Amino acid sequence: MTKQEYTLTIYTENKVGIIGRIVILFSRKKINIESISGSPSEVAGIFRFTILINESEEVVRKVCRQLEKQVDILKAYFNTNSEIVWQEQALFKVATEKVTEGADVERLARIYGARAVVIRNDYTVFETSGHTEDIDKLTEALANFGLIEFVRSGRIAIIKNSEGFHKKLKEFEREEPAPEVKENEFLDKQDKVFTM
Amino acid sequence: MNTVETKNEDSKTATETVAKTQISGSQAVLEALLAEGIETVFGYPGGAIMPIYDALYDYNDKLKHILVRHEQGGIHAAQGFARTSGKVGVVFATSGPGATNLITGLADAMIDSNPIVCITGQVFAHLLGTDAFQETDVINITTPVTKWNYQVTEASEIPEALAKAFYIARSGRPGPVLIDITKNAQVQLFDYLGYKPCSHIRSYRPKPIVRNKHIQEAADLINQAKKPLVLFGQGVILGKAEKEFKEFIEKSGIPAAWTVMGLSALETDHPQNVGMLGMHGNYAPNVLTNECDVLIAIGMRFDDRVTGRLDKYAKQAKIIHLDIDPAEIDKNVKTTVAVWGDCKETLPILTKLVDKKSHTDWLAHFRELEKEEVKEVIQEELNPSSDIMTMGEVVKVLNELTGGDAVIVTDVGQHQMVACRYAKFNQSKSNVTSGGLGTMGFGLPAAIGAWYGAPERPIVAIIGDGGFQMTLQELGTIMQFGAKVKILILNNEFLGMVRQWQQLFNDKRYSFVDITSPDFVTVAKGYHIDGQRISEREQLKDALKTMLDHPDSYLLEVMVGKENNVFPMVAQGSSVAEIRLK
Repeated sequence: MTKQEYTLTIYTENKVGIIGRIVILFSRKKINIESISGSPSEVAGIFRFTILINESEEVVRKVCRQLEKQVDILKAYFNTNSEIVWQEQALFKVATEKVTEGADVERLARIYGARAVVIRNDYTVFETSGHTEDIDKLTEALANFGLIEFVRSGRIAIIKNSEGFHKKLKEFEREEPAPEVKENEFLDKQDKVFTM
Repeated sequence: MNTVETKNEDSKTATETVAKTQISGSQAVLEALLAEGIETVFGYPGGAIMPIYDALYDYNDKLKHILVRHEQGGIHAAQGFARTSGKVGVVFATSGPGATNLITGLADAMIDSNPIVCITGQVFAHLLGTDAFQETDVINITTPVTKWNYQVTEASEIPEALAKAFYIARSGRPGPVLIDITKNAQVQLFDYLGYKPCSHIRSYRPKPIVRNKHIQEAADLINQAKKPLVLFGQGVILGKAEKEFKEFIEKSGIPAAWTVMGLSALETDHPQNVGMLGMHGNYAPNVLTNECDVLIAIGMRFDDRVTGRLDKYAKQAKIIHLDIDPAEIDKNVKTTVAVWGDCKETLPILTKLVDKKSHTDWLAHFRELEKEEVKEVIQEELNPSSDIMTMGEVVKVLNELTGGDAVIVTDVGQHQMVACRYAKFNQSKSNVTSGGLGTMGFGLPAAIGAWYGAPERPIVAIIGDGGFQMTLQELGTIMQFGAKVKILILNNEFLGMVRQWQQLFNDKRYSFVDITSPDFVTVAKGYHIDGQRISEREQLKDALKTMLDHPDSYLLEVMVGKENNVFPMVAQGSSVAEIRLK
């Protein structure tokens, strides 16, 4: 079966260590995760991970079933690129003298819709978002102007056809609010704790 | 945080009641176990779990603690307990090496779906991640081999964490759960509000919703089938659906074959029981898997040891798969109709919809092939023409003496396959074996646990000379706590299964399979366990009888043929239909 890009959207409880339970299901099958990003979802109390992998549909389907089987995972979706709207964000740091030298950097920024978020005497930071290829192109172009630092986020994606699930999710959280996240409160308290 | 409100003699207010209900995290652990109906715990103490053991001192009359000799023994015992009792097995271990010694058992329990709750001690919460003494990252190490795990760093979390642990371990497709409790949480006092069992977790759906439409589709396929075949696994036992299963096959008249894990769910003598599937299974069900027109898999997961080569597995058949775990559907074998759900619920609906039939000719076909297997394999195995004893004849004589009422626990290897093939069972939950993981060393500790799970039944642990040496320290547990386990060592002076493969596939290059053994009877004697060793056929029946009649545990070592092989066999990379008889 042919491999292609699949974007997985995973709704989980917000719990210490949940990301570990997710990633081992990929590494166990020796699947490389191209990118991963996690944050709270549109419904407070429910976390959302977006994972990009290159695999056949059959493998992705099985991984999703294994994901959903985990106690703290609510739902796992997998979508091809045509079923989602997706973006990546990137930050570029360029020496300010290169930016002011000519019109080239400014022109590039206009073409790629990048905007300056910080301008200092010594450096300028641009920000842009788009598909992987767009960011690749801008990175390549800026390399000619002494790109000092570059960082890109993992893919984030909106599922085109997600209204139904969104409604269910909101109801789900309303009926049974998320349990409180318990963290280790004692890490910086060694002086005050008796040990043996 | 640990302050207890000072009593005010003048005004007896609510603060006093609160003060009175303060208990330690350790007490909360034990209260949780009692509330869950746990009477027996297998464990081994150590630094990080000492507060729980200290609390246990006061619970001695309510909770029986079996001190094993190694944590692996503890978890295998809990597995054996779970298998014969159908209840959750509980294990205590300390941090670091105590916890890492549980890993093999967790992996075994995970793949064989055993409900287990492990409670491990952990270093103080503020020391986590500092490489403290006996600190190991237990949560991350155990994540792939637990159904769920959780680290408790505060005493107040304990009742809820344990309630979830028991609920998750036993519900849906059961599995092992580990709760790691830091030492501060064990000693800390907190306001105890009682134990509330868990019956729901919002992100966890133990049972998929039963869809009648799919059951109807399955029934339609079954009703049209000319040569249907049922394959059943441990799901029938875990779902406590033996009765529902039997009603289904008896009404539909379909022959039923079992996986190693499904063994004993249907009595051996049932006229529709056509034997064991897979690599060393029976001839007829393997060959006819590739001849049936509808294959009905119930609570089994199409393990590669069952299916052989997948691209040549039952390609002609429509596949119906009943399973509680949606991740099992289409995992290995593509289904035509998937019936998600607990088979205790789905089977009765299916039974109602299927026509009453008796597939007499089709069933006769199995019996025909069985005759061939008897002629080529079984006859010689059970009634050998040579003077040297076979494993099969030992099991045969054992059957005659127990009548099929014993619990048979096995280790892993040739003796395991022989025991599964030939042991006779009258009732469910009678076969305890390491099916999925194939853990050598499982047998002896599992048998100890099996006895605590069903102390009224005879427990016979059939173990090879290799596997016995992996966990024989548990003889100490038997000596100290008196589990009445009958240990039957089938000694072929080889690591027999590997040797068999080396003979058949590696030109008899016997690479490190020639294992020497101590005098097992003397070893047992050192633990005050009676026993004897026999090598002559005429001694066999009496020796087995002595073993079974002995009031305590007993070790019988039987010397069997060194280079006997287990047949039939589906060689790796072969189709089940290519099963060889020699």
